[in-house]
Amino acid sequence: MTSDTQLFKPREWVALAILAAIILIVIPIGVDTFRLNLVGKYLTYAFVAIGLVLCWGLGGILSLGQGIFFGLGGYCMAMFLKLEASTPEATKIQSTPGIPDFMDWNQITELPFWWQPFHSLSFTLVAIVAVPAIFAYIIGAAMFKRRVGGVYFAIITQAVAAILTILIIGQQGYTGGVNGITDLRTLLGWDIRTDDAKTVLYFVNAVLLIACLVAAQFVRVSKFGRLLVAMRDREDRVRFSGYDVANFKIFIFCLAAAFSAIGGAMFTLQVGFMSPSFVGIVPSIEMVIFCAVGGRMSLFGAVYGALLVNFAKTTFSESFPELWLFAMGGLFIAVVMAFPNGLAGVFRDHVEPALLKLAQRLPLWRAGGVPLSSSAK
Amino acid sequence: MKEDPSKNLMSVTRRSLLAGIAAIPLLSITGMPLLAADYPTATVNTTGLAVTDDTVKVGILHSVTGTMAISETGSVQAEKLAIEQINAMGGVLGRKIEFIQEDGASDWPTFAEKAKKLLVQDKAAAVFGCWTSASRKAVLPVFEQYNGMLYYPTFYEGLEESPNVIYTGQEATQQILAGIDWVVKEKGAKSFYLLGSDYIWPRTSNKIARKHIEKLGLEVVGEEYYPLGHTQFNSVINKIKLKKPDVIYAIVVGGSNVAFYKQLKAAGIDLAKEKPLLLTISVTEDEILGIGGENMAGAYAMMKYFQSLDNDNNKAFVEAFKKMWGDDIVIGDVTQAAYLGPWLWKAAVEKAGSFDIDKIKAASPGIELTTAPEGYVKIHENHHLWSKARVGHAQLDGQYKVVYETSELMEPDPFPEGYQ
Repeated sequence: MTSDTQLFKPREWVALAILAAIILIVIPIGVDTFRLNLVGKYLTYAFVAIGLVLCWGLGGILSLGQGIFFGLGGYCMAMFLKLEASTPEATKIQSTPGIPDFMDWNQITELPFWWQPFHSLSFTLVAIVAVPAIFAYIIGAAMFKRRVGGVYFAIITQAVAAILTILIIGQQGYTGGVNGITDLRTLLGWDIRTDDAKTVLYFVNAVLLIACLVAAQFVRVSKFGRLLVAMRDREDRVRFSGYDVANFKIFIFCLAAAFSAIGGAMFTLQVGFMSPSFVGIVPSIEMVIFCAVGGRMSLFGAVYGALLVNFAKTTFSESFPELWLFAMGGLFIAVVMAFPNGLAGVFRDHVEPALLKLAQRLPLWRAGGVPLSSSAK
Repeated sequence: MKEDPSKNLMSVTRRSLLAGIAAIPLLSITGMPLLAADYPTATVNTTGLAVTDDTVKVGILHSVTGTMAISETGSVQAEKLAIEQINAMGGVLGRKIEFIQEDGASDWPTFAEKAKKLLVQDKAAAVFGCWTSASRKAVLPVFEQYNGMLYYPTFYEGLEESPNVIYTGQEATQQILAGIDWVVKEKGAKSFYLLGSDYIWPRTSNKIARKHIEKLGLEVVGEEYYPLGHTQFNSVINKIKLKKPDVIYAIVVGGSNVAFYKQLKAAGIDLAKEKPLLLTISVTEDEILGIGGENMAGAYAMMKYFQSLDNDNNKAFVEAFKKMWGDDIVIGDVTQAAYLGPWLWKAAVEKAGSFDIDKIKAASPGIELTTAPEGYVKIHENHHLWSKARVGHAQLDGQYKVVYETSELMEPDPFPEGYQ
């Protein structure tokens, strides 16, 4: 087996093992439940960042609307949980018991038909991935088939994010409006608000994230992944070679959307509500920043980027409630100015060579059969 | 014959007692400062809150960044002022209040995260905070789950009654009904045009207004909503000109206000002529700073507090507020309601003789505050405040002149029968 078709190169195995150890062992041992839940929330953004690495880093498609898919996934989950929380007993003070509270406040007296299927968990689980993926397919097909790309595509994704936010806020009787869908309590009778539940959800989230990471890596090293890179660098040549460029782009865009949606659903479960503030332009751009800070070419970098930026956000805002935004701005400017390839770039250019040098001094590594140096270069 | 001094105190009529206390603003309603030594920590704090022998920690949770910062800053300032004054008087059960401030960043999930941090990690004995309904809805499950105490300052739509929240602003019926009655009686209004920003508070408030107007046998000639941040009101202004209502009843929120009132003026609707008359429940003195007094002059607002309110409590409050935060500052309705929070909490703790949340919940109903800048407030069974409703008339200098106040306190009614 040549190193080109391997799922992970040996050093990437090491990187995966380190990442898994950090999020599955070090963090759960090192922090209390409250902080663990926060890290769980950060990790839901890492799903989006992984999707962006595939679609932007590899495919060159910059989407400024990943919040759309994060939000759709989150809303699907929230609708299921809200229906479960709105039993006729729990809502008996309403004019119409048995429907979500915000519908009652808006004089709606019957559950809309498109809410009905969300009584079923299996339908919901399918919908979490399918709804955003189909929506991405529609956007992708409309754009890529017409060869719309680059900046125009980015602008259109932004517009779609803005439209969706306005739609959700405007239809508050059906969506909860600007408040979002709040006060979610149980999943099939299991109280998701307790500390134990938060811990379990954290691990579910972490395992799903690693699964998505492996899936993304699989795409990356496949023939398809190399075609994506080729498309990014010389789209015409790929087209002239007889490939249907648009379909590849649509696929990777849908895949990124599906990853984001899983993140969104996990977000709803861990945070306990969903609101339009995750759907709009600002969160979508923030998600691109996570990816850029981590390094848009590196799947691992994306995860660390999401963790680092959100950790910084929490820490700065707790320490300097009135000035923290400046600190965040400073961080972004510093990263882009000093490390255009993000954390992953810093690691590759500075940390890794140093480690390799160190490793070669150790007799164990020299004698052992582990090819530490990159064989691709 | 020697008289029992406590009996003597009881024999004083309540009115003169209140007047007496009101004359010494900011004095604790229970009199002399209490000593911590009389209240050992082990007995006043049985649930592990952040209470030591000489300090107690509370949280302040508002947006100081983002789009809501302009509105919430006043609340933060008022809460800090109240805390400082309470500390100067010896604190609560002899303990100095220390506050931990967190930024909700105008983002509802951030509010939930910070609320959790304040309760779980900092063990805050009380939290003063939130502004928009959305932020309150986001933190409510957190306060109920971790059994915290939230003092919420904003006038809001009602339809909520949590044992873990004390609502220090007016709920919708308190704010609206008396004002509409006044405009009908005093100004002879017959037709109304309702408009507002598109979210739960304006919609619910308009629903209540519409039901009330229709009960009075009068007419609503139009009702429209615009997204938050909307700045193009020309089409609705044209419709208003066409329908010629007696009253424009506007609940435009936040930055949209600036565009709305400027465009009204530009379209030739002079509010001072009161044809039509403009009645709002969403523009406090804070918002007028942005709108400009000249654009707002002549409009009427329904609130419970205006900075110009003429009483001794308020004079002392305005003076202390300006001393702490500068002479240019204006004080709106919500700022005053936020100021009540720490005082109501202190009174509840002292009545309960304990910092325990469950005891505060039980002790809160019935608590009175005679030193409130708005006059006198009392906590109802439903955790809202009894308070007076007032109508203010906007002046060129950006202040309101009080033109009407209810003679009685309005009972809070968050789930009004017949208005849903």
